Amino acid sequence: MLKEKDKIFPNIYGFQDRSLKGVMSRGGWVDTKAIIARGPDNIIKTIQESGLRGRGGAGFPTGLKWSFMPKSADKPKYLVINADESEPGTCKDREILRHEPHSLLEGCLLAGIAMGCSAAYIYIRGEYVREREQLEVAIAEAYGKGFIGKNACKTGIAFDVYSHHGAGAYICGEETALLESLEGKKGMPRMKPPFPAGSGLYGCPTTVNNVESIAVVPTILKRGSSWFSGLGRKNNHGTKLFTVSGHVNNPCVVEEEMSISLRDLIDKHCGGVTGGWDNLKAVIPGGASVPLIPKSVCDDAIMDFDWLKEQRSGLGTAAVIVMDQSTDIIKAIWRLSKFYKHESCGQCTPCREGTGWMMRIMERLVKGHATVDEIDMLIEITKQVEGHTICALGDAAAWPIQGLIRHFRGEVEDRIMTYSSKKAIQAAE
Amino acid sequence: MLRRLSVNQPKEFSFSKTNLKWAKAQLKKYPKGRQASAVIPLLWKAQEQEGWVSKPAIEFVANFLDMPEIRVLEVATFYFMFHLKPTGSKAHFQVCGTTPCMLRGSESLIDVCKARINGKQNSLSADGSMSWEEVECLGGCANAPLVQIGSDYFEDLDKESFEKLISDIEIDEPPIPGSRIGRFSSEPLNMTKKYSRKKSSRENASIERYRG
Repeated sequence: MLKEKDKIFPNIYGFQDRSLKGVMSRGGWVDTKAIIARGPDNIIKTIQESGLRGRGGAGFPTGLKWSFMPKSADKPKYLVINADESEPGTCKDREILRHEPHSLLEGCLLAGIAMGCSAAYIYIRGEYVREREQLEVAIAEAYGKGFIGKNACKTGIAFDVYSHHGAGAYICGEETALLESLEGKKGMPRMKPPFPAGSGLYGCPTTVNNVESIAVVPTILKRGSSWFSGLGRKNNHGTKLFTVSGHVNNPCVVEEEMSISLRDLIDKHCGGVTGGWDNLKAVIPGGASVPLIPKSVCDDAIMDFDWLKEQRSGLGTAAVIVMDQSTDIIKAIWRLSKFYKHESCGQCTPCREGTGWMMRIMERLVKGHATVDEIDMLIEITKQVEGHTICALGDAAAWPIQGLIRHFRGEVEDRIMTYSSKKAIQAAE
Repeated sequence: MLRRLSVNQPKEFSFSKTNLKWAKAQLKKYPKGRQASAVIPLLWKAQEQEGWVSKPAIEFVANFLDMPEIRVLEVATFYFMFHLKPTGSKAHFQVCGTTPCMLRGSESLIDVCKARINGKQNSLSADGSMSWEEVECLGGCANAPLVQIGSDYFEDLDKESFEKLISDIEIDEPPIPGSRIGRFSSEPLNMTKKYSRKKSSRENASIERYRG
């Protein structure tokens, strides 16, 4: 288990003093000026050496992403924080926003200065009204103390932080859709290239980072890259906020070491699977977008990017959705298909139409009202959508279904058989 | 998804004095000429003021931000949090129905809505005081199932506690936001008593707002 002293977010549940005094007693905003004095190159190098990989789902190395920002200063540069947390199963950034907002703000300043940005915009999902209010209080506190603003931490550097919000569109978690939305438009993803580092917000160089990726930055810089890279397996370093939901005795958000075993995560923090480990059916290990893993894989599952990728799943946002033997697994995946149909922005035809087709076929599979060859047809459709859209929402809609059929094809076929034999008996009567 | 404006529209809209002041301050967040960025926050404020987003409100925001009306209409119809017709005068229940909540019983909450409010979502109850809709993931999965009313989350619900929530609102008893099973925030339930500062049932992270 992760030791208390290695936790980056000691106040993640809001149990402790949330005042600025409390924050500073836990190490927040301490030595910030000295870290800035080390210089941008040093900050980026430290983050690269720490092995921090983006916490928003894709797991791209954060330091490397920062190094893509152009050095020239002919246009303003922006840091945009993706707090549009909407991946089903995920509620970790919510806890940072309301209980550890200063770690995010300090991270914004350090990352922003390292990349030569003049301002950071924090884009929060519209539903998180109370969380936004808490963040805005923290922003006001930071301005009040001169930590950010015209002369941030008395370094002579001007750096502003603004909060901004959306209004209930999952797609705005995609970085270019988020930028469109921040510019006051419908949240429809942009074609890449140009990448945001070349042309992002208002056509200026922009880096978009997840809340957790930025909120861990101050601690890494204070404790050193080797401390961070000493946690977790090779290429999967540091600590991670896990959200565990579904059929466990005590669902929770918890900070743990990367590469913890799934069983330890569930047994030690969540009071185990309801009805015991043997009552487990399957787990979606990284939020709605990643394929599920059945119990046989869960038995030795290691929660990190590389191990789960080898199992043709993914760590995603580390949102663990647990399903016990009582779960109608076909229905559980159908509900995700319904989610993607609802959230498709409608820009690309394969996704706009495909998500509807997939949902309707899944709807019939839940009842068993289908023929066995339609399972292959459904897989064919997922392959037609996957990789044929501007953004990854199409892929995300396809993967859960592919995972279901890969591991539970037997159950889907059984249901079709049961349904058709019941119909045949009814017809005979 | 196609969303249209309501057939019945008020004659006019304008921000209250406080909201107008707030709106003007918002523009300072964005670079000169980029005031369109404020369109979502302004429409949201209009909805907070009136309960829904009307055609005059869209026109007002377009005018305020110097944007073509069609651009604001696009935004209002694209984002699902904008209600394009009036919702229940006392409460609009947004029940999360996505898989993590479904696994922990959100379907029974939806049944309660159908029985007590209206068989159809986005339709008013007989007295016009309530309405409901099934929404996609609210991002409170460790406290599933949950319902949003206005700005607040009501978490760790079950059929009984949700029935009670509706009854409280019916008799104008303001319900306490947050967990229904006594958790402070998203900690494991067995940790609540041991570590949190929570002393009474009226305390949790959703009520205790830090004001700086």
